[in-house]
Amino acid sequence: MTAKKHLPRLVGITSVLEHPITQNFLIPLFAVVLSFAVGAIFIVMVGKNPFEVYSILFSQTLGSTYGIGQLLFKTTPLIFAGLSVALCFRAGLFNIGAEGQLQIGAFLTALVGMKTFGVPFYLEIPLLMLAGMVGGGLWGFIPGYLKAKTGAHEVINTIMLNFIATALVSYFVTNLYNVPATVHTPPISPAGRLPRFDAFVSGFQGSPVNFSIFVALIAALFVWYYVDRTRYGYELRVVGLNSKAAEYGGISVSKNIILSMTIGGAIAGLVGTNFVMGYKYYFEEGFSTGTGFMGIAVALLGNNNPFGVILAALLFGMLEYGGLVINTMVPKELVSILQAIVIIFVISSNKIFRKILTNFLKKRTLSIND
Amino acid sequence: MKKGFSVFLTVVLLSGAAFLFESCGKGQPSASPNSEVGLVFDVGGRGDKSFNDAAYQGLQMAKDSLGIKYQYIEPGGGSDRESALRQLANQKSIGLIFGVGFIFTDDITNVAKDFPDKKFACIDYSYDPSKPLPPNLIAIEFREEEGSFLVGAIAGLMTKTNTVGFIGGMESPLIRKFQAGYEAGVKYVNPKAKILVAYAGVTGEAFKNPAKGKELALSQYSQGADIIYHAAGVTGLGVFEAAREMKKYAIGVDLDQWNEAPGYVLTSMVKKGNVAVYDIIKQWKENKFKGGTAEVFGLKDNGVDFVYDKNNQPLIPESVYQKVEALRLQIINGQIKVPTQ
Repeated sequence: MTAKKHLPRLVGITSVLEHPITQNFLIPLFAVVLSFAVGAIFIVMVGKNPFEVYSILFSQTLGSTYGIGQLLFKTTPLIFAGLSVALCFRAGLFNIGAEGQLQIGAFLTALVGMKTFGVPFYLEIPLLMLAGMVGGGLWGFIPGYLKAKTGAHEVINTIMLNFIATALVSYFVTNLYNVPATVHTPPISPAGRLPRFDAFVSGFQGSPVNFSIFVALIAALFVWYYVDRTRYGYELRVVGLNSKAAEYGGISVSKNIILSMTIGGAIAGLVGTNFVMGYKYYFEEGFSTGTGFMGIAVALLGNNNPFGVILAALLFGMLEYGGLVINTMVPKELVSILQAIVIIFVISSNKIFRKILTNFLKKRTLSIND
Repeated sequence: MKKGFSVFLTVVLLSGAAFLFESCGKGQPSASPNSEVGLVFDVGGRGDKSFNDAAYQGLQMAKDSLGIKYQYIEPGGGSDRESALRQLANQKSIGLIFGVGFIFTDDITNVAKDFPDKKFACIDYSYDPSKPLPPNLIAIEFREEEGSFLVGAIAGLMTKTNTVGFIGGMESPLIRKFQAGYEAGVKYVNPKAKILVAYAGVTGEAFKNPAKGKELALSQYSQGADIIYHAAGVTGLGVFEAAREMKKYAIGVDLDQWNEAPGYVLTSMVKKGNVAVYDIIKQWKENKFKGGTAEVFGLKDNGVDFVYDKNNQPLIPESVYQKVEALRLQIINGQIKVPTQ
């Protein structure tokens, strides 16, 4: 056998490696399986049987309609946050501010909702979504504007705006708009409430999944179309790839920075559709425990591609709800460790896995050539 | 060859997955239905040296003396509370489910309605008598004002400067109950005493700010207070620090807080979440569970109390203790009505 004869075969394998299905699906899947194996070590360390823990994790998330409903409910806000971060990434911006944007957006959704009783639902629902987008959009616009006009780094400014958002919302909720002896606002108008799945399919009974997941899917379609199919999206991508070249080519960098941060913020601001319009019908202080930050991991894992974001959000949604499910068996701290292990493995898997596989193939090819 | 390898890998992975799913069906040990207790902690969970830990103690007591098995969940954010309750209610083996903290009020009401065959109990439920409770839910309330009255009486009897202090966490009806009882207790035994009152804030953060607690306490001590009672969660740890620095007394809350500043903690007003949890489990086990009502734990039920043990006995004169014990009986008999506002 000669090396020449063998070449096409190696190329064939490389192309399998680079095939989108391998890249976007098989490698992450492999990483997930591997991370569960590592997680098992920790589970054994606390004296539990990993098979039992994992079997409950899977059977109670994927094994029943109720579990799937819970999983989808957890997935929805992660899609919004992931899309927000991904869109900004494509423009070369690191949006750490999704958490603040979604807090402001969800709060405004609730605020407008509780002040607008009597509006018909076909106006109320878009109105409340708009309120969320305006709130989140404003919170994205500010760091975008500062970056474009003064060069102030968006990472620092979005982190600071997270603090401001959390504090502001907390102040408003507990001082001005709370129902006495609670940490939440009064309910929004019934017209602004999105239907829950369990109103149609009895298997979802009790799980809070609601129509806002369709809003999230539409948002993903929008991001895909906007970034990959429009002139604005083209400009955004060019700015992200090389801002100097963009400027030289007549594309306004500052306009695109402001625009993408604002749109990203507006998408994050839609998180309120899930919790406020679809679940509790009020805003509650502390309703989001770091969804915005999880959005960064979702965007990275989804390769900043809107459809990848949906898949990544599903995985993370499963981990979030699965963490709650297995909490009766293992301590809360272990749940956090397991979730983090999966994330680390999945995000770093691509390169490591590829390297191992290529080395393996190379060795084999050499030995065959010998 | 390579194809063979990848086929092999796939088969291994698939069979592993199949094994996982296979074991789902029969993996769970089959405990007899409705024999176990479930509990969902407040955000913060175990280790808060306060309310969540007290509830956990109650579970332990039930395990040791009633032979009950239990499971618990420590949820993260706002949407997790209801899911956690449902998660436990969905398990056949669990018959009684607790929520720890007023924040569960709405969630546990909804879940109780969806699971009429299971029993529920919520500690510190914000009970509104105009809204009927589901028949399978007990609202656990404490007469914090009664315990606060007694520690107020101790403070009123023992102050040398005729000035005592109160530091609350978040300004809310719940914490004002502590304040009202304390003030009534002080005034009952010492009508001329001056009472300084301060709150750390108006948000939940006001329970987590020891620096603020210390600042408020130092200010009250420097205004002449020599005993300060706090109802401020973690913020109260700052009160103890101030007490140690100024060599003045502080009064703890919820659990015995002697160890926070040994020698300077005059006593603690203990709210016995453990007793409440244990009692409800016992009632349930003996088929005496009475849902649809509020179950109130006061001095009479040993649900609130103050600490008087070998640590702080040297600090409190016997005569003071006797007087306060007399007051306890008067409250239990109904001769003294303690205000809540």
